[in-house]
Amino acid sequence: MKDLFRGELVRLTLVEPETGAKASLLWQRDSEFHRLLDNNPARSNSEKKIKEWFEKEAESGFKPERFAFSVRTLADDRYIGFLSVWVDLIHSEAWVGLGIGVREDWSKGYGTDMMRLCQQYVFSELCLERLSLGLFEYNSRALRSYEKCGFRPEGRTRNDTLREGKRYDSLWMGILREEWLQMQDGGVK
Amino acid sequence: MLDIQTQLFDSQDIRLGPIDHEKDAEIESKWTHDSEFMRLMDTNPARPLSAAMIRKQYEKLEKKVEEDKNLFHFMIRLQADERLIGKAAIQWIEWSNGNGFLRLGIGSAEDRRKGYGTQALQMLLRFAFAELNLFRVSAIVPEYNEGAIALLHRFGFVQEVCRRSALERDGRRWDLYVFGLLRDEWQNGARAEEER
Repeated sequence: MKDLFRGELVRLTLVEPETGAKASLLWQRDSEFHRLLDNNPARSNSEKKIKEWFEKEAESGFKPERFAFSVRTLADDRYIGFLSVWVDLIHSEAWVGLGIGVREDWSKGYGTDMMRLCQQYVFSELCLERLSLGLFEYNSRALRSYEKCGFRPEGRTRNDTLREGKRYDSLWMGILREEWLQMQDGGVK
Repeated sequence: MLDIQTQLFDSQDIRLGPIDHEKDAEIESKWTHDSEFMRLMDTNPARPLSAAMIRKQYEKLEKKVEEDKNLFHFMIRLQADERLIGKAAIQWIEWSNGNGFLRLGIGSAEDRRKGYGTQALQMLLRFAFAELNLFRVSAIVPEYNEGAIALLHRFGFVQEVCRRSALERDGRRWDLYVFGLLRDEWQNGARAEEER
């Protein structure tokens, strides 16, 4: 059996409120990080508030059901990012969101490795039919990574993001279980 | 011409208005026994709801409207006799981007194909673009809701996204579409309509 939580560069592990809050406090200083992640206004949250969110999450469980992981490097066990999966069991679909907090860690292949672990988790552990994601057209780094992982473009919602007075599209992507399975057979890593 | 004096909530046959907490729940409860309606309106599993459950939903909805400030909800009634025939909303509004999602349903089969949906959508779009001042309005529609797809096309909506095999119903997978209409497109369409 494959190790579900161990990739080539990173591993998925549990979310620790203390560590998570400390890191998020630093990550949120980088407004570009926020803008790549979301199209709502960037804001400054206190360490206390962030920690409470993490704790609440650990206790309550989410609706729709959410599986949240933190991500550490295999090389030096550094906490570099997060990955969350929201699951709709009725229609057998999941949405993924992920982020790498510090820009020195961008473009190192960590994101792609995280996504491959996510796909393996969604299709071979949760056994779902479909994995979906959204991104902004100005995030070309993410787009390349998702394409590499076999996500297909499914359209764009025109002009739905306003940043610096300019309008951008959101891109929608998806991969089906059978497409992922074929990639495994084809020997594509 | 649409102007300040043109009523936002009245059309020839229908009116957009608030919930009637005493009377509406009984009627809406009947709609929930129609699985076809429920499946057209929502991707959540259809289930019949009692009037008491609907009443609780109304409470929750009004609380959400007040707290979240990103939802505007209307009941659709006939001008003639005030009878409740449907529901409409602009929801999930992102104020900083000027986006909103629309929702619209005519509850019972005998009230469909009478132009009520068209009139409701006309008012809802004017409300979204000329009162909330949104920049774009989106709608999420399953592949099998042909009535909604035809209506959206008539209003100039563009099918922007096809989420392949995103739903499962009756033992097969269906695509889920996202439609979008921009303020410019709405304005040009409304002008063309007037000139006709």
